[in-house]
Amino acid sequence: MIKAVGKFFNKTSDEWKDLIVNNAIYIVIFSIIVFIIANEPKFVSIAVFRNILTQSSVRLILAFGVAGIIILQGTDLSLGRSVGFAAVISASLLQRPEYAARFYPDMAQLPLFVPILISILVCAFFSAINGWVVAKFKIHPFLATMGMMITLYGVLSIYFASGAPGPQPIGGFDVRYTELVIGSTLGIPNLVIFAAVASVIVWILWNKTVFGKNMYAVGGNPEAAKVSGVNVMRTTILVYILAGSLYGVGGYLEAARIGSANNGTGFGYELDAIAACVVGGISFSGGIGKVSGAIAGVLMFTIISYGMTFMGMDMNYQYILKGVIIVAAVALDTKKYLKKS
Amino acid sequence: MQSEYVLKIKDVSKSFSGVKVLNKVCLNVRPGTVHSLMGENGAGKSTLMKCLFGIYKQDEGEFHLTGQQYNFTDPKHALEHGVSMVHQELNQVTKRTITDNIWLGRYPQKRGFVDEKKMLIDTVALFKRLNIHLDPKIRLDKLSVSQKQMVEIAKAVSYDAKIIVLDEPTSSLTDNEVNLLFDIIGVLKEHGVSIIYISHKMDEIFRISDEVTVLRDGNYIGTDKIENLTMEKIVNMMVGRDLEKRFPPKTNIPGDVHMSVKNLTTKYPPIVHDVNFDLHRGEILGVAGLVGAGRTEMVEALFGARTRVSGEILIDGKKVNNSSPHKAINNQFALLTEERRETGIYPVADITFNSTIANVQAYKNKAGFLVDRKMREDTDKQIQKMRIRTPNRRAKIRSLSGGNQQKVIIGRWLLTNPDILLLDEPTRGIDVGAKFEIYQLIINLAMEGKSVIMVSSEMPELLGITNRILVMSNGFVSGIVNTEETTQAEIFNLSAKFLNNNREAEV
Repeated sequence: MIKAVGKFFNKTSDEWKDLIVNNAIYIVIFSIIVFIIANEPKFVSIAVFRNILTQSSVRLILAFGVAGIIILQGTDLSLGRSVGFAAVISASLLQRPEYAARFYPDMAQLPLFVPILISILVCAFFSAINGWVVAKFKIHPFLATMGMMITLYGVLSIYFASGAPGPQPIGGFDVRYTELVIGSTLGIPNLVIFAAVASVIVWILWNKTVFGKNMYAVGGNPEAAKVSGVNVMRTTILVYILAGSLYGVGGYLEAARIGSANNGTGFGYELDAIAACVVGGISFSGGIGKVSGAIAGVLMFTIISYGMTFMGMDMNYQYILKGVIIVAAVALDTKKYLKKS
Repeated sequence: MQSEYVLKIKDVSKSFSGVKVLNKVCLNVRPGTVHSLMGENGAGKSTLMKCLFGIYKQDEGEFHLTGQQYNFTDPKHALEHGVSMVHQELNQVTKRTITDNIWLGRYPQKRGFVDEKKMLIDTVALFKRLNIHLDPKIRLDKLSVSQKQMVEIAKAVSYDAKIIVLDEPTSSLTDNEVNLLFDIIGVLKEHGVSIIYISHKMDEIFRISDEVTVLRDGNYIGTDKIENLTMEKIVNMMVGRDLEKRFPPKTNIPGDVHMSVKNLTTKYPPIVHDVNFDLHRGEILGVAGLVGAGRTEMVEALFGARTRVSGEILIDGKKVNNSSPHKAINNQFALLTEERRETGIYPVADITFNSTIANVQAYKNKAGFLVDRKMREDTDKQIQKMRIRTPNRRAKIRSLSGGNQQKVIIGRWLLTNPDILLLDEPTRGIDVGAKFEIYQLIINLAMEGKSVIMVSSEMPELLGITNRILVMSNGFVSGIVNTEETTQAEIFNLSAKFLNNNREAEV
């Protein structure tokens, strides 16, 4: 008995192991950052810091959107095309009046909020369809949103080709628009301000409203939510509408950030957003995920890819590293919840 | 005019894919009473309650609440009209806190935001009223099964419902918690609340019921006041035949030592400390203890499903290494798990798959492919031998009642031809008739020379069919007694032996 009791108390080494396992992904990423800094001390600078935050901003807004869907045990492959659609809409509506190849040659200058509103409405509409299909027909979100991804590309390409100059990249943006997105206020990049405001709004929605709590409940145990009187279908559709709205905002910002938009804009963004969520601890098993997790995930991804580029690492090696990090993150995340074994 | 009944259920029928599970069932509940709904598994109790609660839609029949006809289309509707329910499967969001779970579906709001403060105050008040001592801010996955069950009961009470359905609320409660629940029920009755109580535990039924309604195979059998009933009468109504005795005669004769367990200690909490015992060939060794005493963990450790820090297992004096379930199966161990739904069945698969999956290696032909014919034959044999009630072997296991699912799983393990059977709560949630069949089966297996370890929370069952009983308390073995010579009181005292001691005091 004494032996057994002794072993019970003498498990500090195990506790260390648990601590390391639980935070392994952060340790790995931190090590990579240290490695980058050791090779390129110039990495630690205000300019780099600014660039990283700016580059993270749109990704973060998109990650918030898909994060809600992941919390519902889902995923959204149509994110990228949705962002592309919003980008093309915003770009087509906000060209300089004197620009030669305007999408709508005779259109008057619009107030800046009109295109963002239209982008939000369009993306929210298509995303709501995703939510409805998933909730109503119990189709796995992977398949439902894959269908939407393909459909959206068709719709988006038709719209893209319908402009006066035909299907060619839309550029020549209104200066007010460019200024709003890539300018700065009091030295803070406006993009960062957009992302910060989105973070606050999403945090409040997730944590302080009935909608948010219902989202976690439906994601954690849909059956429990149902028998407690939660309208599961409504909650699901609302989560998708929020996601779509965020994609709309993201697309609006992305067009101005890049300086042009075409029907290929946004392609593949869903994978970056989903990967950031997963690294940030938003679990695919549903019901778990925090705003801070999404922020951490996005920042870590940006720091690593920016840092590797800074060091001059070949893109192809970057892909390999990114892929490994994603799988490792999921493996370690799963390990956290496997207390038994 | 005030109706005599708060709830009248009239001629309700329901079929699932052509199989009639409810056939013109009636139930009348008076205000401020406990009405027990009894019947074997598969009798239709839960289905009837789910129709009432709006989860299923009945094919025909009517529900009247205080004289008015209602047809609830979803649970929200039912809850708004004063009907709440504690579900048999705990339907909870385990990753959220207690308060989040209790007020789910009706979060209080203040200026568009959730009023966390009100939620917390209300939860504290509710827990105080119900004498529950839990921190409302803990996440549910930190709680034991019985604590989760208490939270679920508190939630049902918090709706201020006129009718509360309790579907097997005590399945994992300790005796103290059961007493607490019955106190709560008493208070609710005084306030005019009616309880529909579903349980397989006879002593509970007689302790708290005012009236009993019995269903059998989806048919309404009868309703009577508890004063006019005896256990035999109820059992007769439930099974439709006399059950002479609750237990078959113990005809197995334990032989030499078959397995020795030495210094078994597990690594992760809940920890089992320093377990030592011998299991004789052909013996049925019961394992008693309170919920959380480490009984499940002990058998899981024997089976290699739980990491050990120390411990030897000797079979016929030879050391075996059960470091994984796979190795344990090769050493002819079999484990019937406690949580049938979670770890036992493959719900969407058919009976053939569920029967043969643990033994699938045996169905390979020389080329390495599986021989369907052999699997079908074995499955049919098991269906016959275990008297599994099913249309055929192609039925999905989730369409069977709990007792029949359990029989399929026992059959699955018997196909691996095990020597040592570890049965964790083999009769949980199983009706009286099926229990007798399972007892007989266990005794027959012991007679064939197989050795059985049976974990159970039901004292009569342990006293009824085991040869010896190992009692666990707070992770330690507190005693091993001969069933013939022991009493319920002795086992009860042993179960509580280490409860208040911390572990140092034990050394």
